[in-house]
Amino acid sequence: MEALFFNVDTGFLEGTVRGYKAGILTQSHYANLTQCETLEDFRTQLSATDYGNFLANEPLPISTSTITEKATQLLVDQFNYLRTNAVEPLSKFLDYITYAYMIDNVVLLITGTLHERDTHELLDRCHPLGVFDTMPALCVATNVEELYQSVLVETPLAPYFRDCLSASDLDDLNIEIIRNTVYKAYLEDFYNYCSSLGSPTSDVMQRILSFEADRRTVNITINSFNTELSKEQRAKLFPAIGRLFPEGNNQLAKADEIDQVRQVCENVSEYRSFFSESSGMNGSAGDESGTAAQLEDRFFHTEVHLNKLAFLQQFQYGIFYSYMKLKEQEIRNITWIAECIAQDARDRMQDFIPIF
Amino acid sequence: MGYYSYGLPPFVVVVIALYILLTGSGEAFNVGRFLEESSPYAWAATGIGLCIGLSVLGAGWGIFITGSSILGGGVRAPRISTKNLISIIFCEVVAIYGVIIGIVYSAKLGEFVPEAHLYTRENYFTGFALFWGGLTVGACNLLCGLCVGITGSTAALSDAADPNLFVKILVVEVFGSILGLFGLITGLLMVSQASDFSAASSLASPLVSVA
Repeated sequence: MEALFFNVDTGFLEGTVRGYKAGILTQSHYANLTQCETLEDFRTQLSATDYGNFLANEPLPISTSTITEKATQLLVDQFNYLRTNAVEPLSKFLDYITYAYMIDNVVLLITGTLHERDTHELLDRCHPLGVFDTMPALCVATNVEELYQSVLVETPLAPYFRDCLSASDLDDLNIEIIRNTVYKAYLEDFYNYCSSLGSPTSDVMQRILSFEADRRTVNITINSFNTELSKEQRAKLFPAIGRLFPEGNNQLAKADEIDQVRQVCENVSEYRSFFSESSGMNGSAGDESGTAAQLEDRFFHTEVHLNKLAFLQQFQYGIFYSYMKLKEQEIRNITWIAECIAQDARDRMQDFIPIF
Repeated sequence: MGYYSYGLPPFVVVVIALYILLTGSGEAFNVGRFLEESSPYAWAATGIGLCIGLSVLGAGWGIFITGSSILGGGVRAPRISTKNLISIIFCEVVAIYGVIIGIVYSAKLGEFVPEAHLYTRENYFTGFALFWGGLTVGACNLLCGLCVGITGSTAALSDAADPNLFVKILVVEVFGSILGLFGLITGLLMVSQASDFSAASSLASPLVSVA
């Protein structure tokens, strides 16, 4: 039934996004890029793809941060095109996508202000999709209460900040707690909104957002080992959605080492392979940093896999979200390859996540 | 809110029905008399209107579903725009079926017959046959247009991604468009025995029983 009326408002944009997705770099493109000797070759190779001449006006030598910035600007332009042509409920869906970037920007500004960095430099480092009007006013942050009353209450992030107004001082640990609390509220809100949109959108998005929630839960758990974060505080940061909710979350809240995390993840069949030993390692369970890096890699692979699956269904909004995530992964990939070329570290160049 | 919109009309109907029944004029609700007294012209004309109306609705619906996807897919892959017009043509054909049946049925309306000589057995049959034939054709064409439209949308987006897929999805569309043809055939069969409206030789009115 969704096919009957979807194309009235969203047919053109769906076709446009699928066109954008067809321009995502494939394995053959990556093979060419990894063989580049210099960044000028890299730029030439990219000009044959959908990136076109995005670096044409850059003076030599090109820096990798310029590449990232220009590639992100391309993505931002595409997103703005979609956003301006969208009507409800797609426009609200696209706004939800921007809230994640807004949260990152807010936390970046607060942290930067606390460490007394220059305001303009901080504003330049903000992600363009998460910009809102009153953002520069965040640079006068002293405590969260004041921040909320003066700035955040007019932004769309206001309902997410309510739960963390009790954080008294703004030190590094508290800022991370604020970030994770706000993100948890945002994720649950987005999940509920997607559920209200009905069938194929909710199916696709719930799968993706559940994995995102589980990933954050596991990451928060592992990162909080041997820190001053108490278990109650840790438990409050876990999103109330996902395959690990509620039993897995409860067990992870009490976990103290990676083996316990592994046991909790065994309950979900898709997550069992995250902790399995690769052939290169000699099976030492105490090698926590190696396991953590491998885990992060596997999380990225699974995320890309789920986002690719979203494109298999038509007449749903999941493709907009998935396109943004896949394009961001691609930008991370080309940044990685560019860095490897620039620093002549060609042995690690193949460590990017292939998409198509 | 749901209770009001779904509950109020049946409630009103039940109140009116009980009023009629309990005030002794329950015989006023007489389906048989309605069928006998309503003019066969009304039935026939309604049938023709439904036929062409629902067919055009189905065709138009299908065209906009396919058309918006062709426009969207054509942004990055302009080559698809010409080839995918065939999906639009399949949807259009559905409307043409409706027009054909509309013309065939209107021919049976014949010369004007005055009411006193209208109510013969043949004319009743023609009236009902044209109504239900028109409804059949219209409903078939509506659903066929929807089917072809949705499949055409998928064909356009798949073609934009990989040109080899177009012909394969076109096969699905062809099977979908056959549904409209089934409706056309059935509609023609239903009125094959119906004669044009013709005047009775003597008085033929539902208000006077003819021996």
